[in-house]
This record gives sequence, C-alpha cells and structure tokens, in this order.
Amino acid sequence: MARVVVDVMLKPEILDPQGRAVEGSLRRLGLTGVTGVRQGKQFIIDLAGVVEGERLELLETLAAELLSNPVIEDYKLRVIEDQV
Amino acid sequence: MSIDTVALAEVSPEHSQPFAELGLKPDEYQQIRDILQRRPTSSELAMYSVMWSEHCSYKSSKVHLRQFGEKAPKTDALLVGIGENAGVVDIGAGWAVTFKVESHNHPSYVEPYQGAATGIGGIVRDIMSMGARPLAVMDPLRFGPADAPDTGRVLPGIVAGIGGYGNCLGLPNIGGEIVFDSSYIGNPLVNALCVGAMKHEDIHLASAKGVGNLVVLYGARTGGDGIGGVSVLASETFSDGGPTKRPSVQVGDPFMEKLLIEATLEVLQAGLVEGIQDLGGAGISCATSELASNGEGGMHVWLDRVLLRDETLSPEEILMSESQERMCAIVRPDRLPEFMERCAKWDVEAVVIGEVNASGRLTVDWHGERIVDVPPRTVAHEGPVYERPYHRPPWQDALQADTTDHLERPVTGPELRDTMLVMVAAPNLASKSWVTSQYDRYVQGNTVLAQPEDAGMIRIDESTGLGVAIATDCNGRFAKLDPYAGAQLALAEAYRNVAASGATPLAVTNCLNFGSPEDPEVMWQFAEATRGLADGCLLLGTPVTGGNVSFYNQTGATAILPTPVVGVLGVIADVATRTSMAWAGAGDRIYLLGDTNDEFGGSEWANHVHGHLGGLPPRVDLDRERALAEVLVAGSTSGLFVAAHDVSDGGVAQVLVEMALRAGTGATVLVPAALEPFVFMFAESTGRAVVVVSPSATGQLLDMCGQKGVPLVEIGVVSAAPELDFADLFCVSLDDLRREHERTLPELFG
Amino acid sequence: MSVRVGVVTFPGSLDDRDAARAVRIAGGEAIALWHGDEDLKRVDAVILPGGFSYGDYLRCGAIARFAPVMHSIIERANAGMPLLGICNGFQILCESHLLPGALTRNDSLHFMCRDQRLRIENTSSPWTADFTSGQEIVIPLKNGEGGYVADERTLDALEAEGRVVARYLEVNPNGSRRDIAGIANERGNVVGLMPHPEHAVESLTGPSTDGINFFTSVLKSMVGS
Repeated sequence: MARVVVDVMLKPEILDPQGRAVEGSLRRLGLTGVTGVRQGKQFIIDLAGVVEGERLELLETLAAELLSNPVIEDYKLRVIEDQV
Repeated sequence: MSIDTVALAEVSPEHSQPFAELGLKPDEYQQIRDILQRRPTSSELAMYSVMWSEHCSYKSSKVHLRQFGEKAPKTDALLVGIGENAGVVDIGAGWAVTFKVESHNHPSYVEPYQGAATGIGGIVRDIMSMGARPLAVMDPLRFGPADAPDTGRVLPGIVAGIGGYGNCLGLPNIGGEIVFDSSYIGNPLVNALCVGAMKHEDIHLASAKGVGNLVVLYGARTGGDGIGGVSVLASETFSDGGPTKRPSVQVGDPFMEKLLIEATLEVLQAGLVEGIQDLGGAGISCATSELASNGEGGMHVWLDRVLLRDETLSPEEILMSESQERMCAIVRPDRLPEFMERCAKWDVEAVVIGEVNASGRLTVDWHGERIVDVPPRTVAHEGPVYERPYHRPPWQDALQADTTDHLERPVTGPELRDTMLVMVAAPNLASKSWVTSQYDRYVQGNTVLAQPEDAGMIRIDESTGLGVAIATDCNGRFAKLDPYAGAQLALAEAYRNVAASGATPLAVTNCLNFGSPEDPEVMWQFAEATRGLADGCLLLGTPVTGGNVSFYNQTGATAILPTPVVGVLGVIADVATRTSMAWAGAGDRIYLLGDTNDEFGGSEWANHVHGHLGGLPPRVDLDRERALAEVLVAGSTSGLFVAAHDVSDGGVAQVLVEMALRAGTGATVLVPAALEPFVFMFAESTGRAVVVVSPSATGQLLDMCGQKGVPLVEIGVVSAAPELDFADLFCVSLDDLRREHERTLPELFG
Repeated sequence: MSVRVGVVTFPGSLDDRDAARAVRIAGGEAIALWHGDEDLKRVDAVILPGGFSYGDYLRCGAIARFAPVMHSIIERANAGMPLLGICNGFQILCESHLLPGALTRNDSLHFMCRDQRLRIENTSSPWTADFTSGQEIVIPLKNGEGGYVADERTLDALEAEGRVVARYLEVNPNGSRRDIAGIANERGNVVGLMPHPEHAVESLTGPSTDGINFFTSVLKSMVGS
C-alpha cells in the first residue's frame, strides 16, 4: 500500500485573493505579525502496490498536467510507503 | 450490534425508547403504539419522529391551511392543487407551469452558505418531481438589522450560497426581496422559489401505482447529512445565546443536482417513469411513505440496497438522512434497463430499493430482517393534527392605538429633499444590486424581466412568446399591526407587481414564516394571516396552489414579525408586450393611478426615520386592486404604457427615484393640489401604480381608467435633465440620488 | 447549404442551448456535440459554451479538457478550424494549452453578473470579422473565475501580435491583466472570450444585440472559404 501526496500552490507571482482574504481574517481574529498567507490544495492518493518506475513517472505527469495547472501553479509530490 | 426488528418489538413492549430526544411528545408516542398495536422499532420511531415533526407534518397549521382549499375560487386553470409537491397551473397552448416557495430558515442561520444552497436544491427538486423543467428561481430573504454583526456573518454567506448553487444549476435568478428588521436577528428567513414548465401530458404525480413496479433511488449516495435536521432543528426554537443544537447540516453538490436534472428530464420525456418524488426533509422516510400512501397503498423496501457514502450508518440513520440531490422514481420492470441507461449516460447512480404492492403496508427489511412494518398513510398523511390555542395579544390594541400622527414630518422643500435622500439609502429601500449581481440572470436566454423590475418574467415558448411573471412580497410590519390585513396586503402587492409587468395574475403560492405555534399570540397571528390570505385569494380569483409553513422562528420569547410571504404567478400571451419601469422620452406624461391617503402605520418612513411601528397598516381594497390590475394589463398589452411601476414601500418618492435611475433620465414632478407633499411622497396607500404614456395617448389612458373606475392624476413629465425637479419645492440630481441609493449595501457588506 | 457549427455539451455545461440559439439566429445550423463522443459530425466550426463543466471541480475546465470530444477538436483546431471558447469554454482552451495563460478567481472573490462594455480590438479572426476595429459593445459577463493571467512576456506578445481580441472598458470586473476579456491563438482561428455574446442576441432578453456579430462572423468567414 502506498500513499502519494501532491501539494499544489499558486506560483508566487500569481495574485491569490483567497489567501489575502484569509490573511485579513487572521489579523482581525487577533494574530499579530502575519506577513503573508497563500492558499493551496493537497491531493491524497491511496494506491495498492508500490509506486516506482513507470508508475511514478505517470504520477509525476498527472501531477504536472491534471492536478496542477503549470501556467499558474507549482506542485510537490511525495511518496509515502505504508508497510501495513 | 443487534438490529431492532419488528419481531423484537412485538416481544419487548416495555423497552424504553428515546422518543423525546427525537422530538416526539408523550401522547404522540402513545399514538404510534396504538397504531401499530405494539411498540415501534427504532427505525419506525425514527420515521414517525421525522415525518410527524412540525416541518413535515404541518400539524399545527393544517386546520388553518384547510381554508385555502375550502375557499378556493373556482378556476379552470388549476390542474394540480394543494397536496402535491407543487401546484400546477394551465397557461394555455398546452403548456402548464408549476411553482412553489419553500423555507430553509434554521439551517441558514447555522450554516449560511450550505443552508441557502440546499434550500435552492430542495425546491428545484420539488419542481422536477412534478415533471417540469426548472426554469428560474427567486429568493425572498429577511435579516436582522443591516448593521448588526451577525447580519454581516449571515447575509454574505446566504447570498453566496444561493448564487453558488443556483448559478451552477443554470437557473436564472429573476427576483426576490431583501428585508431588514430587528426581529429577524438570530432567525434569518431564507425562502426559495422555483418555477418550471411542462406540457400538460408530462405532468407527473408523486404516487406509487402499479403493483410490481419498482422503486428506484437515484442521484447522490446517502450519507450522514442533516440527520435529525428536520425534526430537531425546525421544530424547536433556538435558545437565547446561540444555537445549542448543532446536528450535521446538509451539504449540497450543485453539479450532482445539474446531472440529476438532466437525467430526470430525460427519463420523464422518454416515458420511463410512473411516479416520481424528490427526497427532501425526512429523506427516504418521506419519499417511500408518501409514494406508498398516494399509490396502491403498499410498498416493500430493501434498505440495505441503498448506496451509501458512509458504510457505518445504521438503518435508522439511513431512513432519516437528508443527503441532498436524491430522487425516487417508480419504474415498470420492463422499462428499468432503459431508465438505468439514461442515468448512466449522465453518470448518475441508480439502484432498485423496493417494489410496489397491494399490501396496504410499508415494509422495510435490513439484510432480511423486518425493521419497519407500518400503514404508510399514518406516517405521511395522518399525523397528529393540533388545534393549537390562540388569542389576540393583549398588546395588540395598544400597538394599533400608537399611531404615527405624533411623528414629526418634513414640510419644507429642503426638509423633503433631505428626507428623500435619507429614504433612498435606507437598507430596505436601497439598491440591492450588490446582492443581485452575484446571481446569473441570463442563463437559458429566456429572462425578459429581472430585478429590480416589479416582477420576474420568463419566456416559456420561443415561437409564440408565451411567458409567465412572478412576484413575491410581504411586509412583516404591516402583518404585525394587523395579521389579517397584512396577509392581504402581501397578496395585493404581489398581485399588483405581476399586473404592472403586463401579465394577468393567475395563482398563488405562499411561505408562511412565524414564531412558535406553542405561543397562543403567534398562533393567533397565523390564524388571522391564513384567514386573510384565503379570503383575499377568493376575492381576487387567484387560488393558492401550494406553499410552505415555517414555524419556530424565534429566539427565546421574541418571535419574528409575522411574515406571510405571498408569491403570485401571472401569464402573458406574448412577452414582447411586457412593460418595464424605465421611462424613456422627454415629454412623456407621468400619471399616478389610485387613491393616496394620509396613512403611515408600518411605513418605511416611520420605520427608518423614527424607528416607529404602530397604528394600522394601509387600508386594503381588493376590488380596487382588481380594477387597477385590469388597467395595468390592458395598458401593457395594448402598448399604451411606456413604463409602469407599482407603488409600495417608500411610496411615490421611491417609485420616481427607481424609474428615473433605471431610465437614466429625470422628470419634473407636480404634487397634486389635494395632497400634502409629504403624504404624496411617502404614504404607502395601496391600489396604486405610476404609469407613463406618450402625450398623444393621455386621452386613451383617461378613458381606460374611467371605464374601470380607477382614479388618476397627472404627477409629472419625463425630462431630459438628470434630476427630479419638484417644482417650487426642491430639486435633486440623479447623481445624488444614485450615490445614496447605491452605497448602502456595498458599504455594509462589500 | 448552411454552415454547421458544433456546440459541445459537457456534464455541467449551461449555456450550450443559448449558444445554439445564437447560431440559429445568425443563420447557421447548430449541431449538438456530446463530450463523450469523438465524432465531430462534419461541423465547420465549434463552440465550447459557458457553464460549470464537471462542477468546476479541481479547476475550471481542467477535467473537461481531457474529454474524448476534445481530442478531435484539438486536432482540427490545429489544422485551422474556427474554435470559440466562451467563459468556461475559454477556461477549457487555456487548460488545453490551445491558448496561453490561465483564468483565476475574480479578485473581488464574488461571482459577478453585469452588462459589460468591451472594445473589439482584433477583427481578423473568423469570430470577430463582422465587427469594425475598435468597436465598442455591451454584452453580459457572468463568472467567478474570470481573471486572465499570463506572464509578462506572454502578455507583451499578445499585445504586440494583436492577439487581444476584446478588452474590458470602464470597469475591470475580475482583475484580468491588461483588462483582457478575450484572446486569439497565433493562427487566429482559436478565440477565448470571457463575456457571453450568446446572451446579447435578442433585445427581448439581452442588454443589446451586439453579441450576434460573433456568430455572423464565423458564418461569413466559412462562406468565403
């Protein structure tokens, strides 16, 4: 059993109005010294078997083309093997 | 974990059951035992508790709602009356229209976005279950004071939810209301209306006919949404200091609902369905018991076949779940394969969960064990009926005696000008476009009139221009001063709004929002309002086709204003003849139709400027409303009117401002000699409208009004100048008016 | 022989019927195309309509771009077939990389429906040939994710090559860079437009009839070829 976690964030230069709205809320609720908030997405994909070789390559491609939009987003992919 | 079966219930009568936690009173619990001749199983208890809740069973309101049927005016236009999911009205040329308004008040206080979103989802499914394609939505909304912090929490979420769900379904939002009053703090009202159309032959009823036919559950999977929401939430008031009950609120998926709409319309059009019901409050309990009791009278259900999102749900929870986006169809066995195929095309899951039979019982099995065996009518239709005690509140006389006579009035030109600018910025009168621009009004390409026009109007038939218009109205302050008159005033206003657009009023729906029915004073308000509405509908010839009651809108001892929202639907033969409120050419004549009296009880002026509520509401004259409506429709259809706008909240001043801002050009205004300028500008007398005609058509207008006995007086001339010029009194620029009118909501919520 | 314009229906498409109506009013034949079917039924041009395909889940248009019908459409578009993406359709075109850039959440964070004034700046595409260059029009805009973004190099190239098809005037309703409301690809046959011309084809239901020219343009450009 394997778990793949893909974190997707807007590229730094892209305006993030949701992050900005969250930043405003944090401040209003008493959090001082906030210098920035960015909002992103996390995909958790559970798979049978192991993740390596062609399968891993396919996952990278899917992360780059489906799960994220390369024009405006960056992604990071991590593989977590589950021994159980 | 053992299941509570019928067999077990038969041999354990002494087993203690948590009926009170499920919202049942001791006598109701005993009634169930009497019906079943044994104690109910926990699943049966769950079913009865939800179906006998106030929200589902209407137990406190039934005795009063009967009047809508008893006093229904005779009309051939009514194809399906009260009792079905929604009323159906014949609009000619083989077309029928179905419409209804419903409430989702309590969930919207708890979770504004999802509460409002799922409210839209529910009413849309109601309309679909009549066999109609949903065509448009409208939303009458009511909130606490506009500047209250909790309004700031609740309003944006509700608006976003309505937009988020409705826009995604592809249903244009064509109107509604936004009203602020302190009595709604803690109890916002979210009423949702949907209108749909179909050909006569496509009308479907929620009945399970045909022994051997299959019961198919399709749409979203069933999860733990809103478990107990209906019975627990809507049947008890919130205690002071906040909602202590927080059961899971339903979460909506508009994309699933969109797929459900398309799949449902396909199976209906292909003739694959014998009966259909949507799953709303009380979920599977409601759908199965209603279908069974309306049809052959018997149904068997294999509950373990229900597709689940959460495999840990118990049978009781499955029966009570209010997961959204689910429908139930009765399908002949030979038509099942095609039904399943159509659902698969739209990626909509479907599963056979039961079968129609002639047993006269609704039976439910869970993995082969019988857990429900009840007579369906006792669940769905023969719930308790209460004759709640009611009496006129002891404070009613004092309230009515506290008239507006002593309130200081503006007299001079500058005072009137200042008052005008203050009034157009009042939250109840200000521009609502901050809200309405979050809704799609264009989708489907058939929206002819939408907010801020008097009524929403959609074209039904592209080839002929046949269309319908709808308006929803209620002035809760009027209703508090006199609930009988208040209900009639709501009816009159909606009726007048429909006529002003050029459509002939035909039928009525209602959403009756009140406090606790256990409070005899609230119950008196309810009894008076329903009586007023029933009497009014009879007089106007527009029957009530269906509606909704929402009780328990109160926090502690403070009930909301009695708020009987009335929706009127009208038909127009060719939408091209409709009339909007925008006047056009300089030189056109502006007329005020109807009588203006010095009456300010419950007026927005008294409310906004003086914080005063007292006296009597404006006099009702339904004969005059009928005559006025005939003039409005005739004037529109014949092309006589350049523009028309009904007079209501804020009086003639508000009307002139709205017309001028819509048109982008002003007018010179003449106060009629017989009237005090203040009364002319701000009184809210009924049975009035402002119409605009070209100079050459004034004779025709006078004739038309003379024939119908509607008095009229010329009050101005459209001008090319961007101002409203009240002759010797004052002049105010459209820029000033627009600035004041448009800044209120963005400043509060933007 | 009337021009055949395909209108694609994805699960969740909303303005497909309105686009088809606009094609008919313009004098063309509207052909319904199903997302799951690769067959383009010999159409001369294709419209990807507005709506919420796949509920806007993941990202607007991100799932729709992989639909079977899109394989055929991309192929033919690369060979020069006129292709118009309206609103959600524009989003699908960007996700498919037929157009550069991307559409992001409105900077106001609110869904916005308004009658929007635009300037048509490129009249050499088959979708805008029936306008005059610089013509100002008013058509409805209705979206929550309409903010056009692209890196500076791309934006400069779009401007320099005259590929900005339409620009917002008076009010920028969503934070789009350079007030861009619509763009074309290098060849000019693929156009993405955020506002909805199909809702401005009848004076009865729209703020104007300015939108009809998008549809008459493509019919005229087909007749010529």
